[in-house]
Amino acid sequence: MIDVKQVTRYFGQVAAVTDISFQVEKGEIIGFLGPNAAGKTTTMRVLTTYLPATSGTATIAGFDVHEQSMEVRKRIGYLPENPPLYQEMRVRDYLNFVAKIKGIESKNMSTAVGEAMEKTAITDVKTRVIKHLSKGYKQRVGLAQAIVHNPEVLVLDEPTVGLDPKQIIEVRELIKGLAGDHTIILSTHILPEVSMTCERVVIIDKGKVVAEDTPENLTKNLSGSQQLTLSIGGPVKEIKENLLKIKGVESVTAKENVNNDSSTLIIESKGKDEIRPIIAKAIVEKGWSLYEMKSRDMSLEDVFLHLTTKEEGPVQ
Amino acid sequence: MRNYLAIVERELKSYFSSPIAYVVIGLFLLLSGVFFYLIISNFVQMCMRADMQAQYYRMAPPKLNVNLMAIRPILHNMSLFALFFLPLVTMRLYSDEKRSGTIELLSTSPLTNFQSIFGKFTAGGLLFLIMLASTFIYIILLFIYGNPELGPVLTGYLGLFLLGLSYISFGVFFSTLTDNQIVAAISTVTFILIFWAIGWVSGFVSPAVGKVLSNFSLIEHFDDFAKGVLDTKHIIFYLSFITMGLFLSFVSIESSRWRGR
Repeated sequence: MIDVKQVTRYFGQVAAVTDISFQVEKGEIIGFLGPNAAGKTTTMRVLTTYLPATSGTATIAGFDVHEQSMEVRKRIGYLPENPPLYQEMRVRDYLNFVAKIKGIESKNMSTAVGEAMEKTAITDVKTRVIKHLSKGYKQRVGLAQAIVHNPEVLVLDEPTVGLDPKQIIEVRELIKGLAGDHTIILSTHILPEVSMTCERVVIIDKGKVVAEDTPENLTKNLSGSQQLTLSIGGPVKEIKENLLKIKGVESVTAKENVNNDSSTLIIESKGKDEIRPIIAKAIVEKGWSLYEMKSRDMSLEDVFLHLTTKEEGPVQ
Repeated sequence: MRNYLAIVERELKSYFSSPIAYVVIGLFLLLSGVFFYLIISNFVQMCMRADMQAQYYRMAPPKLNVNLMAIRPILHNMSLFALFFLPLVTMRLYSDEKRSGTIELLSTSPLTNFQSIFGKFTAGGLLFLIMLASTFIYIILLFIYGNPELGPVLTGYLGLFLLGLSYISFGVFFSTLTDNQIVAAISTVTFILIFWAIGWVSGFVSPAVGKVLSNFSLIEHFDDFAKGVLDTKHIIFYLSFITMGLFLSFVSIESSRWRGR
């Protein structure tokens, strides 16, 4: 449905995104994750034909975003970071206007606008002037604007930013409800949002795609570098040295109550091999006591930090 | 066509759902009214003085032309008021879209830049038409109490309308350049004033250059309209001026898309 190939966009000398490539299948919800200023908005603007790419191509439903931009525009709904609302208009008038410029026939207009308002639950404010609405309602009017012409692809730039927790949940539910009929790209810098709403994640940092997978796989793969928490009794320094000799162990850090009776150690390991039995064996052979060993799966948060900060060394 | 009409409709509605339209039309009427009163009073006084003189010398009273002596100055005055009013009408057309981010809606919807530019231009033009039409009250008063010629009034208004459209087309252009409405308005006024006064330079330069420059003058082309002369040369001048403004708006919007601002 969406095919992005090596898209690069420069602003002057600065590259906002370099060599971005990814695909989205029909009906998928894909999360576009990255810290602020990573190039999420730029990528979305290229996809929605707002910005031309400096190089590379992107196609939506088989139409090139640059060469056949009018065809693409008919098929996308776009909610920019700031919902594009005419503050002085009434909700219904605004949606009617959007429906018109999106090319909906006059006879289908009231149904289309009605449905969009229904789906986004704004029917009760349809005669209100937009500037008097709350932020949450404005965001929903923005969403209604994006879906009014029932587009195949929805591009949502940080749809939940600035909302209160209740509104966030509502908007997320709304987006989930839209999946299936629509292919959705959703950008965010909020991690739980991705694991909650998206089937697949593209992590982007400093204008580059650093990872692309399902949330589960991302956490699993990176759990290749798994973390173990050990509660252990014995000489800490010696234990550390011994554990570090084990193949696969990357680092051993002692945590709080460091004494010979019981101390907590955190072990980070690389590779996918199971090292827990080896560690247990090593400890028992030396005659130290092992009270507890826990494996901690990395959360998406860890994955994200791991991917987006690895060039600057370990996370503080 | 539907897209274009949608833009026109939205812009007009937005003029009339905010105070802009009422303030601009109202104050334009007020200002034209004040000058109408001054010019007509002056004209009436002149007529009376001429009558008295004629009686004194025992001659037939001279016929003073109301078209020439009253309506023409009124039209000239209105062309100057429009110069200050229309940039206030056009300043928001694109600046506001840029500032509020609605430009993203327009430029990701299946409508061409030309449709949106021409739609906004039309909306500005229609508002100006309403401004002009409302000043017709004054002219009707003249027809009730005097006997002016209709022809020169109509050509005068046509010229005024074309002149106003030229202001508007460049108003749209300057509005595409910035997201600040004040900047858009002040640049439009400055630009138009330069093209207004450019003819005056002709007195100080060589005749050849002077002739070229005065041909660029916005107001000198208006003179013939106010006199009642309908010359295609002037119509073509205004139409080219308007086209130029719209074309520059188009270029400006396309290029800001590439620059990403």
